[in-house]
Amino acid sequence: MAKHKTPLLDQLESGPWPSFVSDIKQEAENRAKNEKGLDYQVAVDCPEDLLGVLEMSYTDGETHWKHGGIVGVFGYGGGVIGRYCDQPEMFPGVAHFHTVRVAQPTGKWYTTDFLRQLMDIWDLRGSGLTNMHGATGDIVMLGTTTPQLEEIFWELTHDMNNDLGGSGSNLRTPAACMGMSRCEYACYDSQELCYNLTQEYQDELHRPAFPYKFKFKFDACPNGCVAAIARSDLGFLGTWKDPIKIDQEKVAAYVGGEIAPNAGAHAGRDWGAFDIQKEVVDLCPSQCLSYEGGKLVMDHKECVRCMHCINTMPQALKIGDERGVSMFCGAKAPILDGPQMGSLLVPFVEVNKDDDYQAIKDIIENVWDWWMDEGKNRERIGETMKRLGFAALAEAAGVGIDPRQVQEPRHNPYIFWKAEDVEGGWERDIDDFRKRHQR
Amino acid sequence: MAFISSGYNPDKPMEGRISDIGPRHFTEFLPPVIAKNFGKWDYHEILEPGLLCHTGVSGDKAYTVRCGTARLMTVTHIREICDIADKFCGGFLRFTTRNNIEFILESLDEAKELMKFLEAQKFEGGSYKFPVGGTGAGVTNIVHTQGWVHCHTPATDASGTVKATMDAVFDDFKEMKLPAPVRISMACCLNMCGAVHCSDIAILGIHRKPPIIDHKYLDNLCEIPLAVAACPTGAVRPSKVEIDGETYKTVAIKEERCMFCGNCYTMCPSLPLSDGEGDGIAIMVGGKISNRLTKPAFSKVVVPFVPNEPPRWPTMTKVIKKILDTYAAEANKYERLGDWANRIGWERFFEKCDLEFSAHLIDDFRDPAYYTWRQTSQFKW
Repeated sequence: MAKHKTPLLDQLESGPWPSFVSDIKQEAENRAKNEKGLDYQVAVDCPEDLLGVLEMSYTDGETHWKHGGIVGVFGYGGGVIGRYCDQPEMFPGVAHFHTVRVAQPTGKWYTTDFLRQLMDIWDLRGSGLTNMHGATGDIVMLGTTTPQLEEIFWELTHDMNNDLGGSGSNLRTPAACMGMSRCEYACYDSQELCYNLTQEYQDELHRPAFPYKFKFKFDACPNGCVAAIARSDLGFLGTWKDPIKIDQEKVAAYVGGEIAPNAGAHAGRDWGAFDIQKEVVDLCPSQCLSYEGGKLVMDHKECVRCMHCINTMPQALKIGDERGVSMFCGAKAPILDGPQMGSLLVPFVEVNKDDDYQAIKDIIENVWDWWMDEGKNRERIGETMKRLGFAALAEAAGVGIDPRQVQEPRHNPYIFWKAEDVEGGWERDIDDFRKRHQR
Repeated sequence: MAFISSGYNPDKPMEGRISDIGPRHFTEFLPPVIAKNFGKWDYHEILEPGLLCHTGVSGDKAYTVRCGTARLMTVTHIREICDIADKFCGGFLRFTTRNNIEFILESLDEAKELMKFLEAQKFEGGSYKFPVGGTGAGVTNIVHTQGWVHCHTPATDASGTVKATMDAVFDDFKEMKLPAPVRISMACCLNMCGAVHCSDIAILGIHRKPPIIDHKYLDNLCEIPLAVAACPTGAVRPSKVEIDGETYKTVAIKEERCMFCGNCYTMCPSLPLSDGEGDGIAIMVGGKISNRLTKPAFSKVVVPFVPNEPPRWPTMTKVIKKILDTYAAEANKYERLGDWANRIGWERFFEKCDLEFSAHLIDDFRDPAYYTWRQTSQFKW
């Protein structure tokens, strides 16, 4: 017998898509049965109470969760988000219901051993509810009480050799695409770079010292599967400089219909025979392709590496060999100043594991130093950059100036010249001026 | 319940403490065929919806079976997933950025057997546990936020709106019949933890009423200067009120300046915005992230407000389905939703998708608004 009546939520059990309501009910039943005889460390019935409070929101059209409050583990300023229900008498099981963010392995590959260990902790010390995963990428454990936090952290670090993730005004848990582990387009090892920088900047991740949140995301190619260009303060996007490699025999196989275009992504509908002129050559945004005499020809100097031809014929076309990373700065969602796309700060930088990615770390640290000096409270770096100008950011980052950093040059001539830019500087003699001009 | 200690001693919190170790290294979690061919993949194919095949330069093949999840998952459910990975995949699995699960296998037969197994798993309520799909020119899983399940600032629910939407577009999750991939994303307030601002279709919770001021408690619960500074439009200023003969330090709000972002509430719990009638959903379309063919683009608001209609949000899903179906019928192969709308013109987009254009859809927020107004006579009747 369910603890609370949930007539509205029950309607979300039908339909084909996996029902979170059914799943929570299943969990509630299992916790009530407690076949393993666990001495649950938080209320046994918290899944039922979560459904109860959610049903109340479905009736009211309003949330019933209160502001966080300060909870966490000793020495860390992030990783745990305090959460309390605003109807604790009705739903005591979720009266205190804090979130724990757990650092995920890069690329989100798992062994079942790891997941089972984590689930054992969360069964005993948490609500049994999780998010796999939060929007930033962490494993999110939903719902525990304050006395359990140090215990969870102890078990995570001692038994699982794993850390908490980030929250608050600090470096958030960096996230990467699965890169070289299973993708032929990877221009660099996004997972290794992500891991290395995560380890390097543990202090920034756990102890808030920034004006606001800061996100790193790593896409290994311009397809952008983790959205680095749209949702990270510093986004890393793999790219290359030399020509795309073309296998003309395989091109012929696509044209001949032996290989399905776009890896078969359009198989659900009859789009007609593959037409290389229409589907590849004519669509090329920089018009650097032509198809003549059965051969695909590329004027590679003009290629903008949009990936379309490669995505369409992955067996025939391969990314170049001179590979590196483009760095984009300042992407964010609307709060506060409207949405911002990452702006291209560094067109190309080597990804060199042998010197511990020093070239990349130098840029990151320059950018942080500038932002920590100039940024206002709760100002993302994209907003600081807009307020003080891209050139100021580029100068602070020490990355040089390049036409690739702009879509087009400025529309207005209100150039902030500095004294040192101008012959003779700004110091002038009014008496000398008056020799030529009467008052 | 008796308190079970992990070994942590609150009297000596630094004793034996381990910190700042970060996540485990990802190579500990790679299936053997993935580890062996790391960085040496040659090409990939989508053999059927939900089934990928990656071929290494070595000739090795890795078959990936992809299935959707509700993202909000319980311990019991994750253990079920582990059982499947143990039985079929040597104890390995991965999650995608869009909350799908991927199982890696080394033979096609085993992959097909797993697909059949996954499709047979159902929750007691009747829904699939692990629907296979989410590949190629289709709709993949929706990334979303917490909503009423766990968040203090939402204007709507996340898990419920996502469930209702995915039920409505389920065919497009299972098949690959769209002109290009369509990424639907959901964020339950303007804070956009889910960063839906670059999605083909975005479901966005919004508030429409200025904050209520809890005058009697405000000064005790928050720093007034922080609440004032938090407002991007300068609508909040320090003030005093007299209630029952007592004077309270508080704030006043210039309501006509409020854009309902909720940033003041984030800084000050005494300024709640939530309201059953005021809150609901805006629908945005035409964003993208990849650099393929066209530049990454922001989503545009095409429906300023749909009321919250729990549990199934029928108006919202109807609008989404209409946009998706019209796009599917009219766009060119490889053309993303926003690129299609740009090509035919947004005035035509509204007409074809049966959407009303109103003054709420003309941007009036600061400088970038200007770049969204039309400065040409090249418009369509």
